[in-house]
Amino acid sequence: MRRKVPSDLAALEGKSFDLDKAMTIVSFILLFVIVVIPVFMIIYNAFFYDGKFDLALFESVIVDKENISAMWHTVIIAFAVTVFGTIVGLFYAWLLGRSDIPCKGIMRALFVIPYMFPPFFGAMAWDMLFSARGGYVNEWLMTTFHLAAAPVDVNSIGGIIFVEVSYYFPFVFMQVVSALERMDPTLEESARIAGASQGTVIRRITIPLVTPAISAGALLILISSLAHFGVPSILGFSKNIYTLPTMIYAFISRSGGSFEGIRQGAALSILLVVVVAIALVMQKVILSHGSYDIIKGKSMRPTLIKLRGAKYPLLLLSIFTLVFIVIVPLVMIFLEAMVKAYGLPLIFANFTFDNYKSILTSQTTLDSIRNSMFLSITAGIICMFLGVMIAYVVNKIKPKGKEVLEILSVLPYSIPGTVLAIGVILSWSGTLGINLYNTLWIILVAYMARYLSFSMKSASAALQQVHPSLEEAARACGASHTEALKDITLPLIRPAMVSGFFLIFLPAMRELTTSVLLYGPYTRTLGVQIYSLRDAGMIPQASALASIAIGIIIICNAVVTWITKDRKGV
Amino acid sequence: MAKVVFSNITFHYGDKCILDNFSLTVEESQIMCLVGPSGCGKTTLVRCLLGFIKPETGEIWLGDKCLFSAEKGINVSPERRHIGVVFQDYAVWPHLSVWENVTYPLKKRKFSKEEIKAKAEHALKQVRMTGYEKHLPSQLSGGQQQRVAIARALVSSDDVIVLDEPITNLDAKLREEMLVEIRMIQKAVGTTILYITHDQEAALQLCDIMAIMNETGHLCQVGKDEEIILQPANRFVFEFIGISNFIPLVLKEGKVYFSIGEEVLYPEGSADIFRQHPKMELGIRPNNIVFDDRSPLKAKVKTIVFLGNEFDYFLTFGNKELRVQRNALDAIQHGKFQEGETVGLKFVEPKFYPAKEVAL
Amino acid sequence: MTEQIALHHVTKRFTTKTLGTITAVNDFNLSVEEGECFSFLGPSGCGKTTTLRMIAGFEDLSEGSIDLCGRTVSDKTQNLYIPPENRGLGMVFQAFAVWPHMNIYENVAFPLEIKKIDRTQIKKRVTEALKHTSLSGMEEVYPDELSGGQQQRIALARAIVTNPKVMLLDEPLSNLDPKLRETMRFEIKELQKKFNFTIIFVTHDQSEAMAISDRMMVCDMGNIVQIDTPTNLYTKPINQFVHSFLGQSTFLHVVIENGRIYPKGAMNQEISLPLPEKYDKEMIIATRPNAIDINREKGFRSKVESRIFLTGSTEYLVRVGEQLLQVQTPHRIVFAPGEECYINIVEPMWYPEDKDDADEERQKRQLV
Repeated sequence: MRRKVPSDLAALEGKSFDLDKAMTIVSFILLFVIVVIPVFMIIYNAFFYDGKFDLALFESVIVDKENISAMWHTVIIAFAVTVFGTIVGLFYAWLLGRSDIPCKGIMRALFVIPYMFPPFFGAMAWDMLFSARGGYVNEWLMTTFHLAAAPVDVNSIGGIIFVEVSYYFPFVFMQVVSALERMDPTLEESARIAGASQGTVIRRITIPLVTPAISAGALLILISSLAHFGVPSILGFSKNIYTLPTMIYAFISRSGGSFEGIRQGAALSILLVVVVAIALVMQKVILSHGSYDIIKGKSMRPTLIKLRGAKYPLLLLSIFTLVFIVIVPLVMIFLEAMVKAYGLPLIFANFTFDNYKSILTSQTTLDSIRNSMFLSITAGIICMFLGVMIAYVVNKIKPKGKEVLEILSVLPYSIPGTVLAIGVILSWSGTLGINLYNTLWIILVAYMARYLSFSMKSASAALQQVHPSLEEAARACGASHTEALKDITLPLIRPAMVSGFFLIFLPAMRELTTSVLLYGPYTRTLGVQIYSLRDAGMIPQASALASIAIGIIIICNAVVTWITKDRKGV
Repeated sequence: MAKVVFSNITFHYGDKCILDNFSLTVEESQIMCLVGPSGCGKTTLVRCLLGFIKPETGEIWLGDKCLFSAEKGINVSPERRHIGVVFQDYAVWPHLSVWENVTYPLKKRKFSKEEIKAKAEHALKQVRMTGYEKHLPSQLSGGQQQRVAIARALVSSDDVIVLDEPITNLDAKLREEMLVEIRMIQKAVGTTILYITHDQEAALQLCDIMAIMNETGHLCQVGKDEEIILQPANRFVFEFIGISNFIPLVLKEGKVYFSIGEEVLYPEGSADIFRQHPKMELGIRPNNIVFDDRSPLKAKVKTIVFLGNEFDYFLTFGNKELRVQRNALDAIQHGKFQEGETVGLKFVEPKFYPAKEVAL
Repeated sequence: MTEQIALHHVTKRFTTKTLGTITAVNDFNLSVEEGECFSFLGPSGCGKTTTLRMIAGFEDLSEGSIDLCGRTVSDKTQNLYIPPENRGLGMVFQAFAVWPHMNIYENVAFPLEIKKIDRTQIKKRVTEALKHTSLSGMEEVYPDELSGGQQQRIALARAIVTNPKVMLLDEPLSNLDPKLRETMRFEIKELQKKFNFTIIFVTHDQSEAMAISDRMMVCDMGNIVQIDTPTNLYTKPINQFVHSFLGQSTFLHVVIENGRIYPKGAMNQEISLPLPEKYDKEMIIATRPNAIDINREKGFRSKVESRIFLTGSTEYLVRVGEQLLQVQTPHRIVFAPGEECYINIVEPMWYPEDKDDADEERQKRQLV
């Protein structure tokens, strides 16, 4: 008995293979395997032992003082980062989106940089500059001003907050500046006619109307910070400052990968997920206003607010801050890569290329580069196609239960990378018959779960732009359903698919949080290798490899920009 | 060129009945306009014809080929119906060039290379898009994209082309031009055209035959534009095309009176009017009400609006508001009348219909 | 009657990347009386919106000065510029510009709150404004739940609540569907009668302008072409552009020889019309399609070439030599295509033969 597929392009006579049905079933199965199983395994292992419900482990984990303090650190840091990141992001968004400040192009270019590099590079650099024990700037300040102790200690909660803010504020900036630029200027003009001064307009009209964009950006910062591993680990370990993600890592690496350690990690993961869930709910309640329809139809120039006297001071302040936050760490890494040994003054005499030589001849390093390329490309391609298929099922086929598909494909985005890693370990280390532990494949599976939502969202947005009559016209011209998909729909979303690929490839290349829990002796990723080198105290070599990574990332970004510029989109 | 026959098509959307035993025949080589208010079911009918929706009852025939029959269980898939279509948003594929767009249906129907080239070139010539083969739709104007869509529809089918509100999104001047073009193309090619629209002006300008559908999906009248305008079959058709005034009438002792709060004698009225139904109304177009001082029928001028080519008068005739349209130059030269003045009215060539509540 | 709005030699230039410097508004001089409804009419790019924005204060002048209610608000020579919030105007925009994050009450109360008027007063005035715009009882409703027409009413209520002397309306009806446009036009006129404010109404729709205005200004490519009442503009347009912009036009090219008028290309049939005071050898007779009398008795003999039924009238194309004239009649006047007929042209306008084609320049200005 063939079931009727409920769609407008009705199932018709003579069809032996129903493409729509096949895609729907495959989508459900895939999402079940990639998403449901890991999540289930975490919950199961946290609360069940030997098949029986057992709260003992969970209890012991959540009453442990160290764990509680890690949780508080996580929350406080995330909160502070969100608040400060939002303020900084808002400030720049208003400056570039609404004022007549010059050099907007330069500043926009500088804003892209934090997106490109993983925050832990910044943490490495700031640590080298402001570490209490031997940080370059601290040493210089102590010598020059005859201080007994280091004046600035970046290995602190404050330091962690500072570095995370400097990498996350663009999230709010991007959302808000885009909303400001697309906003119908007559909304503000009508307020001015009504008698409101510039300041009142901003306060009562502009800001409330961009609040949805602000809260979207702020939420992004919040989740990213809660789940972040790199910065707290680099800046916090030396002072025993832990957050939940770094705590979980500590558990697992201390226990040498034993099952007991992983179970404890699972229990802590539940805690982390609960914190994230609470944050999500709070955001919905406090800030969520839905989105306002404020996009302008006619393209008019939005009225730019004249800064007059404040223009050049603000310009100086902004550029200086941006350079400080963005350029300084990068320069530091390149300089350190050339130094003979950590701590030596950064003068020409102390420079050498030996660091590069040593890492580029190291098999582990070359392996790590190769592994990361393999993982990123493969994850990118697979997710690209899977994302399209699922998006097509959700948007065009619309079967019963499509909400489930949507939720499942987007869910991993809210799950911290650490937690995902644990789920993947628990699922695919032999318990269910398949053992991928210590292989590249387990990392690949984790990446697929993590990044599927990126390509699905991008494909969804593109598919929604493809008007049904475009496919229907093909049908009327003699194309079967499959042919219409192949000739019309796919080519039209190809630009979105390509950018979906790069949306995954670029972050995956420099990823650390998930792979740091999943790597084996031969399966290091680039991020893991840089981290390990530093952990082992080989700071110049770590910097050298980081600088190579930066080079790779810049080249890849340039390629992406060149490719996506060329495409003729929908 | 082929005949299209819909017979007894029924379709429900949830609880709502969109088409109820609907039947219509489009003769060969005809341009038929299917006109009706938004939501009346015309797009549903088109989707049934194209095969994207399956009706519950009835049959659809194209020439001598049965495309759909509820009884016999026939339902030909869309790609095998050979019907050309131009959608409301033209649905010209943006990633394919003009040439690729127009040759697509020919490739799908597996014509030979030479045939494809010949047919496509011919179609482009007919829509005056020769020379644009390599252009992408984004490089064309709205009108040009629409012509490409028409060319593609022309090569999709020798039998029939359906145009579903194809010019609604164009600006006024372009609309005019496209109507002329469509008509020229059809005259040259002789394909049967089914043109769907809610725009009565476009329908009047374009079609050989008009089929008027009312909001419940029923066919009210099928005929030439002259018949629709001068002899509307029922009240819906009269009201739907253009603006109209209605004044209730009442028959008393063999004489006809206007029932407008008070009863005013209508001298030209005869008892014959009430043969159709006891409750009748006089229907009259705004420019068929003429000002005549000698007429015993008086009305008061409430508002006058100058619209350029005409003056719109809003009059109170008893308790009824009447809208009268008067040629601007005529008014300016022979006296405009002021708001508050009383004028005499004459009704030229009125129509008589049952009152609205009973009209359906 | 006091002068409410005055423009003195107002000029506005824009420098664009693609087209160099464009003079969007060239030496505008006009004066609007208190209580008048004055329209700016013209095609896209003619300068009407720019002029309105200069009156509102959103654009600065390149030259000239603007007075509002007896006070100079913009003066280039004295570098005087009063910002929009201090000009005491009411304004309604094409896309309504109603704030989605405030309900109707808050939207309409906003201008009064800015002026720091006390709560009870605000409530009273808002309630009244809502009454005048048929929005009573909807104070708590949010704009996104409402139709275009209702949103426009909110914008109107918000504009009138401060009792401004001058109201600026920037294509306020263009985003509404045709039936609604008519209703809103009446409502605006009613409001003007009640409150006696002066209206500047910007539109590209000539029938709308003619229906609502006491006086109108027709502009083209940055210049004022003609200012007059709607009826005068309609009956005595100063040139071919104004003639064809307002209402429908039909033109007949004629040749005048020995004091006799002949259609161009049909020198055998004389047209009997009085000659204008001044004329050249080649002229254009301009008239309206509904001002041509078509009958079967007498006039200029001609033939019906084709016929189209429109919803409100019948349109005939009538052959005069090589030219076709458009004639519009009520439905009840019926001629068949091919039938012979007689036509009479009633009191036409006379224009010189036009040589240049300004359409390209108009298109360019639309893009700026």
